[in-house]
Amino acid sequence: MATDDTQNVIDQPEVMKPRMATIEIAGKKVEVPEGITVVKAMWYAGIDVVRGIGCLGGFCGACATYYRTKDDPKVRTCLACQTAVQDGMCFTMMPPFPARKATYEIQKLQDPKQDLFNFYPEAPLCRNCNACTEACPQRIDVREGVWKAVFGDFKSVSEMFMDCVMCGMCTPVCIADIAPNLVALYVSRAQGAHFAEKPIGLDTRIKEIQDGRFNDEWNNILKMSDKELAEHCATVR
Amino acid sequence: MDIHALQQIVHRTRDARRKQTIPKFSPADRDQLIHKYHPDFRASAYRSIRFGPNEGEKTVVELATLLEGDSPIHDDLDLTPQYQTDVLVIGGGGAGCAAALHAQGAGAKTILATKLRLGDSNSVMAQGGMQVSVAPEDSPVTHFLDTLKGGHMENDHALLKVMVEEGPSIAKWLLELGVLFDRQADGNLHVKKGGGSSKPRLVTCSDYTGLEIMRVLKDEVLNQKIQLLEFAAAIELLSDDSGACTGAIFKDLDNQRHVVVAAKSVILATGGIGRLHIQGFPTSNHYGATGDGLCLSYRMGAKLAHIDTFQYHPSGAVYPEQLIGALVTEGIRSEGGQLVNAKGDRFVNELDTRDVVSSSIIRECEEGRGIRTMSGRVGVWLDTPILDAEHGAGTVEKHFPAMMLQFERFGIDISKDPVLIYPTLHYQNGGVKIDTNSETNVKNLFVAGEASGGLHGRNRLMGNSLLDLMVYGKRSGLTAAGRAGSMKQGKLTLKHLERFRAEAKQHGNVSGVISPMILPAYTRKVG
Repeated sequence: MATDDTQNVIDQPEVMKPRMATIEIAGKKVEVPEGITVVKAMWYAGIDVVRGIGCLGGFCGACATYYRTKDDPKVRTCLACQTAVQDGMCFTMMPPFPARKATYEIQKLQDPKQDLFNFYPEAPLCRNCNACTEACPQRIDVREGVWKAVFGDFKSVSEMFMDCVMCGMCTPVCIADIAPNLVALYVSRAQGAHFAEKPIGLDTRIKEIQDGRFNDEWNNILKMSDKELAEHCATVR
Repeated sequence: MDIHALQQIVHRTRDARRKQTIPKFSPADRDQLIHKYHPDFRASAYRSIRFGPNEGEKTVVELATLLEGDSPIHDDLDLTPQYQTDVLVIGGGGAGCAAALHAQGAGAKTILATKLRLGDSNSVMAQGGMQVSVAPEDSPVTHFLDTLKGGHMENDHALLKVMVEEGPSIAKWLLELGVLFDRQADGNLHVKKGGGSSKPRLVTCSDYTGLEIMRVLKDEVLNQKIQLLEFAAAIELLSDDSGACTGAIFKDLDNQRHVVVAAKSVILATGGIGRLHIQGFPTSNHYGATGDGLCLSYRMGAKLAHIDTFQYHPSGAVYPEQLIGALVTEGIRSEGGQLVNAKGDRFVNELDTRDVVSSSIIRECEEGRGIRTMSGRVGVWLDTPILDAEHGAGTVEKHFPAMMLQFERFGIDISKDPVLIYPTLHYQNGGVKIDTNSETNVKNLFVAGEASGGLHGRNRLMGNSLLDLMVYGKRSGLTAAGRAGSMKQGKLTLKHLERFRAEAKQHGNVSGVISPMILPAYTRKVG
């Protein structure tokens, strides 16, 4: 069933006659309105997209795409839902890349910093080429992150990779076969599970609830009539 | 006029506005405002559901049509299962991952099936945070009362009490899995204040809370080797003679084949309906948010609750065109971002509940105090540069890196220029009615997360969704797993569908559509 296509700006009357751009989608030339996103350009060209679409908001990393602009030999990377098309652009979506993800029981790790070398033995082989950093659509200094991970600075890595949407575009470009996003994910989880401070207040609250500290208050409000409860709610500030 | 020229009014009026305080509406004024301007009160957008468990109740036309829709399954489909499992989780977002992890952790064989990739969901986009009453001056009771007030007193008390009480232990579970919540200097969780809440209660991971939680949960689902069926869209449930749920039929989106999964119990965690674009609204939702779980449960005989109420997030982007509908996090307003109309005036307390703020934005635009873009859309300004002015240069960049990057890609620096916003369809307040174990009135059919209904009443408070996902994901997983050991796999039949079709026939097969929708029809028909 089709709905009114409100998301598709191209069909809005106000932009019925946009300036058109000639682009190339996976090798095929098509005309689309200039400035729409790469994903919308595919819809406009009549291409159903199932793989390669996710949140459409720049968070899920599903729409990893390779593209090139007019007269520039450099192949770049982008998130298709976050990038506008321009005349002469050509692009193709990246299929899922067969990177190896290590499996681990994060809480049972004895020495997370040393374990990194067991899970991802290729991580220290980084040859500093910087291709991963150039490929990152989130502008993370990926190369620096891999180095920091190897040198055990897990805290910095976890901060640097908070923006990582796991699109995986850093992986196919790595000449040492590292999957930097997976390395960073392991490092961030290890940082959270093993090296971050335990929040005392949270444990206190959990214990208070278990010990029934709020029971009287619960008993009091749960027997109120709807009207009494509404009045009581109004007093909460 | 050019949009950049129109922004000047925000810069010119900033200093005067900084000193202003805007009182919250009185309950009476608030009701009046909502009744007049909130989309939930546009009678023309609604109709009665003609048959089924919610016969006679009103919902939006788009949803009613799908609920009455016919199944794509023919009666003679071979129901020999390709997979057999204890617990089948449908949906790969926050609730689905939490359910699968707890079910498998409790010893049940678990399959997680999802329409797109594991993790692709609304959960991953949650920016604002997760409400947990962790601050010393706060309590689960206060969390309960705030939520109740926000939900117009219609929240299911039992569901809500469970959620607020289990919040802290869920936060601990996430921390143990390695989720990096923001901390105070003393190591305690940093909490922010959200709209409609009386105490700071939002635990956050920068403005990537959902992304951070989902990265970890996805990784954990893979680590636990939970069996995955990706690009598998659920298109029908299965039931035995007694009407209990016994599995589901999927369509493999890669090869269009049917896949039958036999399960002792099924957990639907299929999310919301933003992509139905009800009332023509743009949406902040994920591509797959087409309400599939509602249609599937409804045909099984599950009762829905509060399906006449939706949340329109006050701040969806209106400009640039590429970001239409995308969310501008409420966190901006929490930190002092002001809403400004075309005259340069504030018109609402920015931290009022979402329904109130959305209604007042719609009022400004309908009464001619909105700002029109080159493409004809209308919105009001959200003064983002005021954050740097108030709290020091670099605040926006430091606290909202995701937002900064999103706009920067289109040449807009939100720390220097305000953004234009209008309410965007954000959340389905209601859904399938559940009990405190997440079970529906259909035996062995559980629903968790946004597809479930009752917990949030008629309006959800910011940050309560992430908590809902985790708490009821967990409870559904544990209950379903607990039951698996002591029960046999039920027969796989389409009896419920026979009943549903007979009822539809009595009403003249009114809808004429096939549901669920699976994916929105955005592809232009060329030629």
